[in-house]
Amino acid sequence: MDLSKRWLNDYVDLHDISDKEFADQITLSGSKVESYSAEGETLSNIVVGKILSLERHPDSDHLWVCSVEVGGDAPVQIVTGAQNLTVGDYVPAALDNSVIANGTKIKKGKLRGVESCGMLCSLGELGLTVHDFPYAIEDGIFVLGDDCDRTPGKDIREAIGFNDTVTEFEITPNRPDCLSVVGLAREAAVTFGRKLTVPDNRYKTAGGNVRDYLHNVTISENKKCSRYAGAVVTNVRIGRSPRWVRERLRASGVRPINNIVDITNFVMLEYGQPMHAFDLRYLDGGEVIVRNAKEGETITTLDGAVRALSPDMLVIADANKPVAVAGIMGGEYSGIMDDTTTIVFESACFDGPSTRRTAKKLGMRTEASSRYEKGLDSDGCVKSLSRALQLVNELDAGDVLDGIIDVYPAPKKQTVIDFCPDWVNHFIGIDVSAEEQKNILTALEFKVENGKIYVPSFRMDVEHKADISEEVARFYGFDKIGSRALSGAAAGGFDEAQKFENLMIRTCLSLGFTEIQTYSFMSPKAYDKIRLPENDPLRESIVISNPLGEDTSIMRTTALPSMLDIVAKNYANRNLEGSLFELATVYLSRGTEELPEEKRVLTVCVYGGENDYFTLKGKVETLLDIAGVTGWDIEALRTDPAYHPGRTAVISVNGKQLVKIGEIHPDTAENYGVGTRICVAEIDFDYLYEIKNTVRLYRHLPKFPALARDLAFVCDKTVPVVTLERLIKQAIGKNLETIELFDVYEGVQVGLSRKSVAFSLKLRAADRTLTDEEADAAVKKAIKALAEIGAVLRA
Amino acid sequence: MKEQLEALRAAALKEIADSDDLAALEAARVRFLGKKGEITAILKQMGGLSPEERPVMGQLANTVRAAVEEAIEEEQRKLKDKLKDLKLAAETVDVTMPGKKAAPGHRHPLSIVLDEVKDIFIGMGFSIATGPEIEWDYYNFEALNIPEGHPARDTQDTFYITEKMLLRTQTSPCQIRYMEGHKPPIRMIAPGRVFRSDPVDATHSPLFHQIEGLVVDKDITMADLKGNLLTLAKKLYGEDTEIRLRPHHFPFTEPSCEIDVSCFRCHGKGCSMCKNEGWIEILGAGMVHPKVLERGGIDPEVYSGYAFGLGVERLAMFRFAVDDMRLFYDNDLRFLNQF
Repeated sequence: MDLSKRWLNDYVDLHDISDKEFADQITLSGSKVESYSAEGETLSNIVVGKILSLERHPDSDHLWVCSVEVGGDAPVQIVTGAQNLTVGDYVPAALDNSVIANGTKIKKGKLRGVESCGMLCSLGELGLTVHDFPYAIEDGIFVLGDDCDRTPGKDIREAIGFNDTVTEFEITPNRPDCLSVVGLAREAAVTFGRKLTVPDNRYKTAGGNVRDYLHNVTISENKKCSRYAGAVVTNVRIGRSPRWVRERLRASGVRPINNIVDITNFVMLEYGQPMHAFDLRYLDGGEVIVRNAKEGETITTLDGAVRALSPDMLVIADANKPVAVAGIMGGEYSGIMDDTTTIVFESACFDGPSTRRTAKKLGMRTEASSRYEKGLDSDGCVKSLSRALQLVNELDAGDVLDGIIDVYPAPKKQTVIDFCPDWVNHFIGIDVSAEEQKNILTALEFKVENGKIYVPSFRMDVEHKADISEEVARFYGFDKIGSRALSGAAAGGFDEAQKFENLMIRTCLSLGFTEIQTYSFMSPKAYDKIRLPENDPLRESIVISNPLGEDTSIMRTTALPSMLDIVAKNYANRNLEGSLFELATVYLSRGTEELPEEKRVLTVCVYGGENDYFTLKGKVETLLDIAGVTGWDIEALRTDPAYHPGRTAVISVNGKQLVKIGEIHPDTAENYGVGTRICVAEIDFDYLYEIKNTVRLYRHLPKFPALARDLAFVCDKTVPVVTLERLIKQAIGKNLETIELFDVYEGVQVGLSRKSVAFSLKLRAADRTLTDEEADAAVKKAIKALAEIGAVLRA
Repeated sequence: MKEQLEALRAAALKEIADSDDLAALEAARVRFLGKKGEITAILKQMGGLSPEERPVMGQLANTVRAAVEEAIEEEQRKLKDKLKDLKLAAETVDVTMPGKKAAPGHRHPLSIVLDEVKDIFIGMGFSIATGPEIEWDYYNFEALNIPEGHPARDTQDTFYITEKMLLRTQTSPCQIRYMEGHKPPIRMIAPGRVFRSDPVDATHSPLFHQIEGLVVDKDITMADLKGNLLTLAKKLYGEDTEIRLRPHHFPFTEPSCEIDVSCFRCHGKGCSMCKNEGWIEILGAGMVHPKVLERGGIDPEVYSGYAFGLGVERLAMFRFAVDDMRLFYDNDLRFLNQF
């Protein structure tokens, strides 16, 4: 909302308040100022000049040498190329060292040998258009009309009224009443303790009766249109609006057109009530019906587009056809033309949600529709209509007929709230007397009587005593509310799950993984990129019905594509090596009647450099150690197409998958344009939390010495090391403190399709010194156990 | 014999002093003190001396031997020190050369800021709650006093799954969920992801992070809100930070406000960070709307509360002087490694 300071001052006198102070104060009372700017800010040293003489340039057939009176002792000489000047004209003269609208500096100089002490300006050079001064021409010098102050030497901005300040407000959606000059003037008046003078709405009629022209108004959709008021103006005299109307419209960002259209816009800006003017000639049957569109109806709107209407859309129709889409835009024939003689002014109240739906469906959001969407005050319709008629009088734009038609089937009930100043004080934490509270409310046009507050109709946002507390607080001053430090103890802190999450994240960081954060949504193509089979259940993603684009159209069921995307981006950016992790959420559908499962997955990844499967596996093992997860099983996984068939495994606990870990299949990597090995582990974080054991109890440091035994076994190449390890552990039992793989060897010496696997064992008893004999016996047990699967001790 | 001993002492001391290394010193030791050494040999001749001479000579011989031994020890120490010095000298490195770096991982900047905020609130006795990212319309809007057709629904362009299921546009639904499960007194923050259909640019992202806060108890007033959030501002930006409340509108709080902090770069003088205003907006807050308390099953006639919301990206952008929000989601290591 752009507010003209000039217009504001019509209703509340703030001449003595600086722009900055105004912006600061009104922001703190609740109407947020985004910015403010002075009209013609860039212009400098441009004054009114009077053409004293006009002579042809001696060396040019199109230049003129003018003598211009600019208020100084002597006239100045200015050369111009314009052809629209005559002696005695008043024009904008940019003097030596002046600046015009586009920022160009004007300096004294010579034009084909003749001295020119400045430049005469067109409207464009002042930053204006012919809409602002319709009598001027576009491609010539702006010759000031009698609506300007034509005193030579006067600053041009003052002379032509191009010196308003425009303040841009960010109005919150609960305050549609502030999307108007009057609404903001009311806020300003209370903020600065000034008197508010509302515009004069009294108008004179010229006889006749409105019903002779507009025979009937019917509302057939009461819910969508709560009120429809209309008036008729005959003998319409289409013409320009006076400067004071034009400049107020301009400052508000609305282009002046003609007096009737300007009046509708003026009233909309002033009261916030959209107005429409219909040409009575095109209103068949002289009647207005507010109804739903009929199946198959179309309308050509003012902008020339043919719109297909549907029965959920409210229209203004005459006896035969729709003439406007209610609250959005008029039809082409309803517009005001130069030969329009009789008009109907409409001031109606349409339902917000219905207007929004229609506007959205038709793809046409207009100034009017955006106002209706926020909800307008039906009580205000007639007030606005009267103001329009008063302006018809004032601008002599036509003859107002007697009477208005006002269809208002169910007048709004006034909201009444108990006046409880003590509650307000207690709720906000202030101490404002009942009298003072009443004064604030009264200034805002609330009526406070007998312990009740009567809410003015335009304050539809106020319905509860909490709302009243806000009115009191914001004018009392939020800055005057004290500040009380939080007191009392509370049992806060991280819960078990949050502590575990923190622990895992710290561990990831210390293992060298850098955290990434990726989008929760992705493209359905991501499933193809990770080569997920067509019928894989993971493809059943939750789909966003109104996505921004395909790339962000489904909720991920796997975080693998997110990780690979980031690897790809980094690889492309020449970050050829990296370790990454993300604690990601994936979304698994449970149908439309239940919210989806939001599962957390810890994805960890290493790529490039010396990184391989075992680099990652070692780190994942550490993570599991820290989580206190022991006794996990690991098995090779050869069937996941995203991963390398020979370098992928599943780690599970109690038969349930905990981790999938592997090298990414080269074809998958190629889909991501990554030319180096990528290893990823996907850890089911929720399951990890379920089975974690972070309780640590001190075990006594060993009191007795350990014995070491190194053993190498030769077995079939396909036997997993983990099988050997498990058998050894089982065979020896509790005296086996640690077992570590230290060598795997394949070669002719051990035979084809065989391998040698060497372990280093540390044996220790908790309660005594283990003897060599005991150690040897333990080793024998291990040898025996391994023999059963064909693994023999290497000689 | 006396002369002999004196001569040997002199010779030995000279040889010891002349020894350049441990080997030469050892040779000297062997020559004089070894089993067949010269001093040893003399001592063996003691038997041939008269009983009167024997103690005198014996004493002298012992003195000589002790002197030589001491000299050897002394020389040995010197030579060892010299060797050590040589070794240390040889081991000298260029200490200005770069160190061998460990490569720790880097926490994501958004997480760093979030951790900091969590830490502050934990210190004030808050709990941390979460809520689903895919939410019911009811929790995201209706229960928050934003009924169907409410203009506020327009300002938050919502991603819908079905008519009733959506991607939450704010963390505020956590307020309702938390109140449903907890009785006052309540002190919680609920950080999380939120979604709005804003196309990506330097200051917008269809996905971003908020931190919701909720305090409900008896006699909670706006002064408590102010005090609490002033503490937050001071902890985030330093003790001299001030806050400013501007009236605003959120459907689920009444009164509502936006909260500015005095610019932490220029301390209110005006700079490019605060766009010369001296203030930076970081929070939205307000007293929980009585209707919202009711929805959460809390009697607004007995209890009152305040709620607030913070944008994590915004905090992080200010904290790290990041000028483009996209960097957070690009996850370029050259960016992440800076934190």
